[in-house]
Amino acid sequence: MDSTKLGIVCVSDAREPLQMAAMIASVAAVSGRPVLVLVAMNALRHFVREARPRAPAQGRAGEILEEKHVTDFQALFAHAIELGGARIHPCSMAMDVLGLARDDLDANLGEPMGLMQFLDEAAGGQLLSF
Amino acid sequence: MADRKLIDARGSFCPGPLMELIAAMKMVPVGDELEVLSSDRGSASEIPQWLKKAGHEHLGTSEEGGVWHIRVRRAR
Repeated sequence: MDSTKLGIVCVSDAREPLQMAAMIASVAAVSGRPVLVLVAMNALRHFVREARPRAPAQGRAGEILEEKHVTDFQALFAHAIELGGARIHPCSMAMDVLGLARDDLDANLGEPMGLMQFLDEAAGGQLLSF
Repeated sequence: MADRKLIDARGSFCPGPLMELIAAMKMVPVGDELEVLSSDRGSASEIPQWLKKAGHEHLGTSEEGGVWHIRVRRAR
């Protein structure tokens, strides 16, 4: 199996990029690759427990994902964690900007992570951003 | 002969059928057979690739009326 580390940074709040990020995270994780996801900027708003916004589609594909009730990105990220051992962390800076505490966020997220730690842990692997 | 557990993933899009298979595989003992029903064309090729990577057996795939039947055996 390919064991190359995969780092993913999510910043968009739109359905299309977040869906793609979650698809890649889940498939890579269940294929045995160490996956580390940093959820930052507006993407973090989708991981707030009580005030989850509707993700704007962004394009036609995103609209079709909604129309066909395709499994959403939160569920795919959960698969990445539960079935593949992926680690998904909220960006500490985004939490500060958005005024969020750890308890405001989904329980399956890891502890807040800063860029220094993320870059250290992702070093030497592939890095994707959405 | 081992029982074959059926996973009906029709209507689910990639990588949904794969995730459903992996979740089901964790629940059955080594040696058991599973069959995934999928209406997603991409999953018909993705699942055998994952099986090869993960060291499980792909027993065969057939297609009937737009539904792929992917038969696998948990090998480890």
